[in-house]
Amino acid sequence: MTLDFSTLLPYMDVILVGLVTTLWLTVVTTLVGIALAVVVAYVRDGESAIASRVLGAYVEVIRNTPFIVQLFFLFFGLPALGIPISATVAALLAMVLNLGAYTAEILRAGIDSTARGQHEAARALGLSRLQGFRHVVLVPAFSRVYPSLISQCIIVMLGSAVVSQISVLDLTYAANFIQSRSFRGFEVYLVVTLIYLLLAVGLRLAFEFVGRRLFAFRQGGSS
Amino acid sequence: MTDFTLWDIVRNLLLAGRWTVMLSLIAFAGGAVVGLVLTLLRMGGIRPLRLLIRLYVDLFQGTPLLMQLFLAYFGAAVLGFDVSAWTAASVALTLFTSAFLCDIWRGCVEAVPSGQWQASRVLGLNYLQSMRHVILPQALRLAVPPTVGFSVQVIKGTALASVIGFVELTKAGTMLNNAAFAPFTIFALVALGYFILCYPLSRYARYLEKKLYGAGIR
Repeated sequence: MTLDFSTLLPYMDVILVGLVTTLWLTVVTTLVGIALAVVVAYVRDGESAIASRVLGAYVEVIRNTPFIVQLFFLFFGLPALGIPISATVAALLAMVLNLGAYTAEILRAGIDSTARGQHEAARALGLSRLQGFRHVVLVPAFSRVYPSLISQCIIVMLGSAVVSQISVLDLTYAANFIQSRSFRGFEVYLVVTLIYLLLAVGLRLAFEFVGRRLFAFRQGGSS
Repeated sequence: MTDFTLWDIVRNLLLAGRWTVMLSLIAFAGGAVVGLVLTLLRMGGIRPLRLLIRLYVDLFQGTPLLMQLFLAYFGAAVLGFDVSAWTAASVALTLFTSAFLCDIWRGCVEAVPSGQWQASRVLGLNYLQSMRHVILPQALRLAVPPTVGFSVQVIKGTALASVIGFVELTKAGTMLNNAAFAPFTIFALVALGYFILCYPLSRYARYLEKKLYGAGIR
């Protein structure tokens, strides 16, 4: 058994390009996915039973099928229906829909744990449903489920390795590319796996930093 | 090109679905055995061992499953073994499952009040006896719902074995699509296959969770 990492050196720029792609996909997905989840949680919290049902079905379908199948369905399926879609857009769409469904479910748990009386008190005080949802329901729910939210975003980042399968030039695609050129599969994948690990750690630290800023009002106060 | 009827597609997917089920069972059973050993060792007193197992868990939870599969596949070749996609996928998914189950079960064991430990040790039971007769039976009740819930992740995880060439449901879908070119139908059917496997487990996990917490535990 001999490991040779020196053959990887000429490919550092390929890895860097992949790293940047994985990073921006993750950042955009996190922002848009969470926004989607808030909308889903808002509608499911509302009075329309039909909308609630439809969104509930969306959440269950996403949570009970593999991400790679969702990706293939969008990338290969939509063009067959006459909707052209690029690999990057398909990847982004699949990631957003995936994170949105999981986060909506996480948020719902947070919303359910907020006392129902608080929703009613907000309405009684004259806040509109949207105002009440935003100030009384959503923010406390977010701060309560924030740790789960961090984990979910990291899971989606790690899961994004799969988008290499539809030729999005991400970190895993870079690894596959170098593997096919250098025939040093194990070394390449070891290095790239390590980069993913560092990304996961970095992402967690960044989220915790943002969380301390966002939910500063909770510190020292009652939880 | 057009020789594929819907039934041909469904039949081939069903045949391949057997391997998804088989691989899930192997990964889950293997992962449970390894995970249990890791959990017991982690709860034991040896500090370096505890840290090592924690590192193991963090490594598997902090890296993509796809990379773990690649590493198992190419790593075996580096070590001089010529492994099939079957073996590589089974090994990688077993290790992946064991790391997550170890983490879930550690939480359940820790949730048993420490007074229970102290009482059983005072009564003269040794570590293994306390574990076996006092702690594990209580931890088991807490562990069932999240374990069933995690089995869904294992089934979905097997879809990635398609990438290293293991012919299961997802790989069969891409192969059929190359021949029949009906991506919308085929991948919808593939998704349906996973949904049929996963949804009852998800529901069951949620039911168990409700029952457990509804019963007034914690």
